[in-house]
Amino acid sequence: MLEGDQDQEEDQGGLRNDGRRAAELRKIRVRMGVFGQADGSAYLEQGNTKILVAVYGPHQPRGSAARAGGKNVGGIINCQYSTAVFSFSAGERKRRPRGDRKSIEKSLQLRRAMESIIQLDLYPRSQIDVFVEVLQIDGSEYCVAVNAATLALIDAGIPIKDYAIGCTASLIDSTSKNDEDSSHAAGVVDATYMEECSPGATLSIIALPGSSNDATKGLVVVAQGAGQRLHLSRLEALRNRALCGCRDIRNILDRAVRQHLTVHSQPSFSTLHVID
Amino acid sequence: MLTTKTFFRKTKRGNIFKIVREHYLRDDIWCGSELCNKCLHKNRDVILSNENPGAKSSSFPFPYYLVLDTNIVLDQINILEENTLCNVIIVQTVLEEVRHRSSNVYKKLKDIIGDPKRKFYIFINEHHKETYIEREPGEKVNDRNDRAIRVATKWYNKHLGLSQTRKEDKHNIKVILLTDDTNNKELAVKDGLYAATMQEYVSSLEDGTLLLDKLCKQSYALEGENKEPLFPLHRTPAELHEGIKRGKLLQGTFLASRENFLEGSVNVEGFEKFVLVQGRVGLNRAVDGDIVALELLSEDQWSAPSDIVLQDEEEDPGDILEEEKELIKQKSIPSTEKTPTGIIVGIIRRKWRQYCGILQPSSVKGNTRHLFVPAERKIPKVRIETRQSETLSKQRIIVAIDSWPRNSRYPLGHFVRALGNIGDKETENEVLLLEHDVPHSRFSDAVLSFLPKLPWVITESDVAQRVDLRHLDICSVDPPGCTDIDDALHCRDLENGNLEVGVHIADVSHFIRPGTALDDEAALRATTVYLVDKRIDMVPELLSSNLCSLRGNEERFAFSCIWEMDHDANVIEKKFCKSIIRSRQAMTYEEAQLKIDDKTQKDAIAFSLRRLNELAKKLKKRRMDNGALVLASPEIRFQVDSETHDPIDVEAKKLRETNAMVEEFMLLANITVAQKIVAEFPECAMLRRHPEPPQTNFEPLIKAGKHQGFIINTNSGKELAKSLEEAQKRDNPYFNTMLRILATRCMMQAVYFVSGMLHPNEFYHYGLACPIYTHFTSPIRRYADVIVHRLLAVSISADATYPDLLDKRKNHALCHNLNYRNRMAQYAGRASVALNTHLFFREKVQNEEGYILFVRKNALQILIPKYGLEGTLYLSKKGETSAVNFIYDEEDHSQKCGNIVFHSFDPVTVQLSLDRSNVQHEKLVFKLVKPEIPGFSIPDQNTESVADQPTTPKVRGKRKSNQNQKQSRSSKKK
Repeated sequence: MLEGDQDQEEDQGGLRNDGRRAAELRKIRVRMGVFGQADGSAYLEQGNTKILVAVYGPHQPRGSAARAGGKNVGGIINCQYSTAVFSFSAGERKRRPRGDRKSIEKSLQLRRAMESIIQLDLYPRSQIDVFVEVLQIDGSEYCVAVNAATLALIDAGIPIKDYAIGCTASLIDSTSKNDEDSSHAAGVVDATYMEECSPGATLSIIALPGSSNDATKGLVVVAQGAGQRLHLSRLEALRNRALCGCRDIRNILDRAVRQHLTVHSQPSFSTLHVID
Repeated sequence: MLTTKTFFRKTKRGNIFKIVREHYLRDDIWCGSELCNKCLHKNRDVILSNENPGAKSSSFPFPYYLVLDTNIVLDQINILEENTLCNVIIVQTVLEEVRHRSSNVYKKLKDIIGDPKRKFYIFINEHHKETYIEREPGEKVNDRNDRAIRVATKWYNKHLGLSQTRKEDKHNIKVILLTDDTNNKELAVKDGLYAATMQEYVSSLEDGTLLLDKLCKQSYALEGENKEPLFPLHRTPAELHEGIKRGKLLQGTFLASRENFLEGSVNVEGFEKFVLVQGRVGLNRAVDGDIVALELLSEDQWSAPSDIVLQDEEEDPGDILEEEKELIKQKSIPSTEKTPTGIIVGIIRRKWRQYCGILQPSSVKGNTRHLFVPAERKIPKVRIETRQSETLSKQRIIVAIDSWPRNSRYPLGHFVRALGNIGDKETENEVLLLEHDVPHSRFSDAVLSFLPKLPWVITESDVAQRVDLRHLDICSVDPPGCTDIDDALHCRDLENGNLEVGVHIADVSHFIRPGTALDDEAALRATTVYLVDKRIDMVPELLSSNLCSLRGNEERFAFSCIWEMDHDANVIEKKFCKSIIRSRQAMTYEEAQLKIDDKTQKDAIAFSLRRLNELAKKLKKRRMDNGALVLASPEIRFQVDSETHDPIDVEAKKLRETNAMVEEFMLLANITVAQKIVAEFPECAMLRRHPEPPQTNFEPLIKAGKHQGFIINTNSGKELAKSLEEAQKRDNPYFNTMLRILATRCMMQAVYFVSGMLHPNEFYHYGLACPIYTHFTSPIRRYADVIVHRLLAVSISADATYPDLLDKRKNHALCHNLNYRNRMAQYAGRASVALNTHLFFREKVQNEEGYILFVRKNALQILIPKYGLEGTLYLSKKGETSAVNFIYDEEDHSQKCGNIVFHSFDPVTVQLSLDRSNVQHEKLVFKLVKPEIPGFSIPDQNTESVADQPTTPKVRGKRKSNQNQKQSRSSKKK
């Protein structure tokens, strides 16, 4: 299918497989405050990627995190990234939801992202737990998890410096036909599972797009792909494309948050905002 | 707007997955018509014009656009390729269906769409808000797609209608759906659409008669009625699938036999031997190359390949099957000879392409039905309909097969185009190139635009980036008349007593930049193809014969590989650099040889050549000791008349010491570069390997050796080389060469590959007996070398890298193409030699000494060393009862007649003449002269008529004749 993907792109007159253009995001659905028990929670859908996040805290440090971070003056963030066993659309099942290396790595990266936006010095010797549950996977799940975690923190009322927003950019096909016409040459944003599986590389970027004009601030870059290496000459374009996507997502989430706050003073189960 | 696509997919294991995907519908997809004033399209996306959009048709007397159904594109692609049809809308549904069904047609369709004159517009109906439709419950996928096409047509009519109301009906363009599916057409008419079949449409066109010939034929009307179908039914795809899954049926590629049209074999994966299929029922309409499903017969019904040579020579006998006596009357075959036999029960995938050939002369004048005889013997004759048989009967034509109904003895097809008159050199060459799929059209303007502008000068910055080697006494040694000189050599003394040896290769990668149209074209062509009188260049001539060619006394860019060696040819140090060189002299092998031998010559070049020659001998010896094989293949060269390009003399090629000298250093350079790039790029280096052949391949060689009392040991390359070396016969000096020819035929093809795709153990080059090898030395005529140059340039930081160069998979796909083109180029070269051999023997009858290479059941395979020619001497012919009876001994592989016995390798004298009775396959006829067998051999009439021909005033067209030779050097190199 090496050539097929490229052909498909041409056949669709520059549209992607699912009918989007290169820089278009998937439909985003936001719901905040879905759990009564948690201090903050959010449910986020980007296309068919669906993620639930609950935030507990700040509270007194407990468990291993407390012991390890005992000397720290600032607060501790504890992240748990878990993927539901049924989350794959392709029908296969994940063996265990968490504890494998990938999940641990993602937890760690998520913690870094959260640390960069939470003002930890406000919470000395306290702990904030962020539990991420991936319910359904259709590409870009780590980025969506970060977005959802940000929303959950907002819902929990924890002050943050800025939205931490994740967005992927994927080279569907790494052909180097230096074709300026093809908008896909710079990569497509918000990749679906199918696009992530294509031979090109996928770049996941977590950015704080609103904090300043300097978009590169607070950047976490995670590259992934089907065993592919990303050629250095394409990194810049790909990164810009992803940052563009981050800004778009931020605007959408920001609107959703504001709407949520104006309409509901109390978190409620019954409403679902649909904002695209 | 959003909808989801949900579908179920079954995996190979039988698991069923549910797949859910999003499917976005848009309102910004435009119609692409000039007429439209509602769509907001950019100018370059407006493709369909509003003035005279369609060809004049009697059934549609108004301007119109066409919408095509999938079956039209798949079957009638040859009509679409004609320029008559313009302003056509291809809906995405159709495009995708075509892509899944036939990559070949898809490629052609994309070419047509890419041609701005044709005005083909792709309408993305599947993502359009108004034309997307859901599959209804119970609706088949095909029906849903047909409906989607109709909905799109309807939408167009409405859309254009709205745009046109304001324009006072000036244009009033309608949209017509072309479909060959009767059901679809009926439904379309019911919906109030204009619809027609291709046949209706083409016959209604004003100038459509020629197009009618190209109509695809799907049905075949019987002349007589109520006849039994000739062939058994093919099973349905579902049955085949089930059968294969359960292991009842086997899947494989069908290979027709070249010698016997009622026989073929199927290459089944996992089977060591090919599965034999015999007879019309057994073959059941399979055509060479098809992927078929086959049922294995029980062991008692197995049979052996018949040794007879059988050709379908009859006139059209109507649709009866003659009794297949020849095959049926097989005697009881010894069970050891029996091979697995099967019958074909279904076709999984047709691999039909277009075939070159001629019309079979028809006895009835004015008939529109004709039989077409393909040039390739493996392909059956084809029924076609044409109204131009008068003119076409003298021409070579191309025909496509459309279908093969059960009641027709031959497949049905249609005429595609004519190539030219039979017998014209140009036409024959064209046939040859087409049959071997050699891209040979003129270089397009886009490609030429990337050539450097003349006059080309070396600038200051060029000098700064390169090592200046203009002071070295470099020279090149090539076959006479060679214009694409890609290698040059030098050798000089160093102060420490060692030698410095340099190989300088044309720096083609400097001119061919990655990603340009020039690069794409070169990658597609992959290799320069050498025919006897013609060269099909891989890169445009300006590069191949001028700017890249290392001509004498001109400053050129080179990629140099320089070694420091001691006098025993041990490499002490090596380095690579991009350089500027000035070759002192471009020599031929002969000139170089003379220079080496002539002791009075004492200039720098003579010195360097002598040193190189000495080193080469040492290198060669070392290589031989390692177990490198010396293989032989009968090769000849033609002396070609410079005016008419007709061959006037044939001779076997001579090899001089200097040939070996150049070859030795090229091998060394290739190996050195291979080591370097694989060290730098373990994942993506492009290398060449020559796999060790399986032992079964050697069987004929071992057998042949045994009959002559020699034991050929094939356990390893080294042992094989040793046994071949020892198998000498005093009374038959050519014996050893023949043995080597046989050994060559046991070998596998050497192939390019990407290092990351294989285990390092598999890099081995069997023929050269070296663990790693690549091609670096001929970038002008091989694309693989260009890639290797780029890799090497990156590794010495002389050039920038680019993504594709390091992409393992891309390179793997590229290797596939290179290997395919290489093989085809080789075959084309051989076919060209055969063609010229025939031209040479056209007016001659000649006696020649020859040897028996193989003994077959009804024939002897004869090799004539003088011409490197191989042919068949038939001992008995079908239907003829000869006065002389030969007795075939299968054990001994010999033919016996009276007290004369023919064994392999026995010398014979044969008379050669050209049989021109079959225009398509002129063939050389071998007749036995010696040993004499009364009633069979012919008297030894001295061929004085030939000997008397003047030999001196030949104007020898050396330039062209020798291109052939150059290639052979490379082919030996493997």
